[in-house]
Amino acid sequence: MSKLVPLPSKALVPERDADKFPILDVRHLGIDFGGLTAVDDFNFTMGRTEIGGLIGPNGAGKTTVFNLLTNVYRPTRGSILLDGVDTLGMSTHQVNKLGIARTFQNIRLFTNMSVLDNVKVGLHNSTKSNLFASVTHGPAFHKAERKAKERALELLSVFHMEDLADAQAGSLPYGAQRRLEIVRALATEPGIMLLDEPAAGMNPSETAELMENIRKIRDTFQIAIMLIEHDMSLVMGICEGIAVLNYGKIIAKGTPDEIKSNPAVIEAYLGKKEE
Amino acid sequence: MQNNQHNPFGIKMSKKPLTKNIVTLTALVIAFAVMLVLSEAGILSRHMRSMLVPVCINIILAVSLNLLVGFLGELTLGHAGFMSVGAYAGCLFSIAMKEILPMAIRFPLAMLVGGLVAAVFGVIIGIPVLRLHGDYLAIVTLAFGEIIRSVIINLEFTGGAAGLKGTPQDSTFVIAFIVVMITLILIINLVNSRHGRAIMAIRDNRIAAEASGINVTYFRMLAFVMAAFFAGVAGVLYGHNLSILTAGTFDYNKSIELLVIVVLGGMGSIRGSIVSAIIITLLPEVLRDLADYRMLIYALVLIIMMLLNASPRFAAVKAQFSPAALKAAAAAKKAAKEGNANE
Ligand SMILES: Nc1ncnc2c1ncn2[C@@H]1O[C@H](COP(=O)(O)OP(=O)(O)OP(=O)(O)O)[C@@H](O)[C@H]1O
Ligand SMILES: [Mg+2]
Repeated sequence: MSKLVPLPSKALVPERDADKFPILDVRHLGIDFGGLTAVDDFNFTMGRTEIGGLIGPNGAGKTTVFNLLTNVYRPTRGSILLDGVDTLGMSTHQVNKLGIARTFQNIRLFTNMSVLDNVKVGLHNSTKSNLFASVTHGPAFHKAERKAKERALELLSVFHMEDLADAQAGSLPYGAQRRLEIVRALATEPGIMLLDEPAAGMNPSETAELMENIRKIRDTFQIAIMLIEHDMSLVMGICEGIAVLNYGKIIAKGTPDEIKSNPAVIEAYLGKKEE
Repeated sequence: MQNNQHNPFGIKMSKKPLTKNIVTLTALVIAFAVMLVLSEAGILSRHMRSMLVPVCINIILAVSLNLLVGFLGELTLGHAGFMSVGAYAGCLFSIAMKEILPMAIRFPLAMLVGGLVAAVFGVIIGIPVLRLHGDYLAIVTLAFGEIIRSVIINLEFTGGAAGLKGTPQDSTFVIAFIVVMITLILIINLVNSRHGRAIMAIRDNRIAAEASGINVTYFRMLAFVMAAFFAGVAGVLYGHNLSILTAGTFDYNKSIELLVIVVLGGMGSIRGSIVSAIIITLLPEVLRDLADYRMLIYALVLIIMMLLNASPRFAAVKAQFSPAALKAAAAAKKAAKEGNANE
């Protein structure tokens, strides 16, 4: 990763920044699906270079929160301030440009395209060639393409995936697909990255490596990362702040140590102890 | 790079599309030169000569339809509609300008007019239609093609059901081939660009494309409008190749024929579309007796290709005989031989 130059990130504050202007400020967020309240009164802030965790039992509403943050769903209540901008009514690609990128619980790659092209799609908005350049392939086009390719390979090197650049994305092993999704998200130059169960399906050694890499990404790119995970060793190992969701409501917020010893959390996960 | 040699995980390497396309274009130029010589030397029959321009037209139509079906991943059945709009616009332009402009200026302008009018129709139709996906889009575009046809038949300035007469017959094999090459280069370039990647990303996973910052509506519209433009240009070539233009030729049978060409050649394969366009255009002429069964054969081809493409075993067989795999096999054989020799 030595030759990797950090992106001109939207979060340029090098020192820890819990007290700085937050990258994400979510207030009273809620959504109903028909009669079902999937998320309710969700309040959460993320510092510019914070690693945050969102945990909770199956069906708690974690993925729904990500879908709300990326404007896949329109909230029924509340507001989302991304880098100080209210994102209500924007489309998903607009909020991505504003600085939020994500991965998916059920991997969503461009399966028929090469690994390199998957990352280049992530670089879409930073690759400067207009339609005329794209159909004529003039010198400016080749320059932009070369730059995109260089950058894509650089980003792939975060996970040592440069050698797989020409592979078809859909034919990669499961773990590599998850990593490629992270690289693609990173390519969009986010200020905050949302990872939905990044370690799902990985073995313990892969998970440990992923943990290291998530930290490394945060340090190199100076971005915020919010992750949903069921693997408690990963969550407790790298998250600085954790929110616990149950039935769509935050039941606890705090540092890993605070969360571990919180009776409400233990109850949500293990059920009531005393019969 | 020999990617296949150290590949123990069954990871598929994607082909280098640009070199592949250069080969295709070169082969096409050679084929053109041969046909031109044969035609000029009087070796080709009059009948075969009359097929040269239609083959070019179908190549343009097939490749532009492939942009929608193969690269954007949307089934549309209204391609003949765009072709007809372009044909009428271009022909009316040429008729009006017949005395005013020389052919060398008039005809390229006519093609531009036809392409642009078709593209405008692409936008007009695209706005409501592009909210739809899959079957719905197919049905609505099919209806669009039929509506266009009935409107043209009932209008006066299009010549109505009797057809439009008086278009100068400007289409020649050379001009048609030049247009084919321009179309191919533009579409191949597009596909291998930031814009093309966005279009294919939408095909592979719309939600992920959107989350990666791609304006899905814009790029779907772009593909739609580009495809309509080239279909319109092909229509102009078609209109200037006949003494009379009738709307009846642009019915859904024509759209289905184009779809058969694309599916037979392989969705997303430009080379496939070209080869398939040549075969499907010439086949009914070569096998005159089968002409009556054309639609039946098309239907069968569609069914068989869809079944084959859905079958993993066929995909495996195809992969086994792909140029890359054959090369790898040959390299392995050679290596084994050398190994034996060294013993
Ligand atoms: N589009 C939708 N329409 C209706 N209900 C939905 C929709 N999306 C989510 N839900 C419901 O919202 C609730 C929360 O789902 P969500 O996927 O957010 O859970 P989760 O915490 O991510 O669970 P898991 O750990 O299993 O991924 C579930 O009851 C789910 O059925
Ligand atoms: Mg989930």
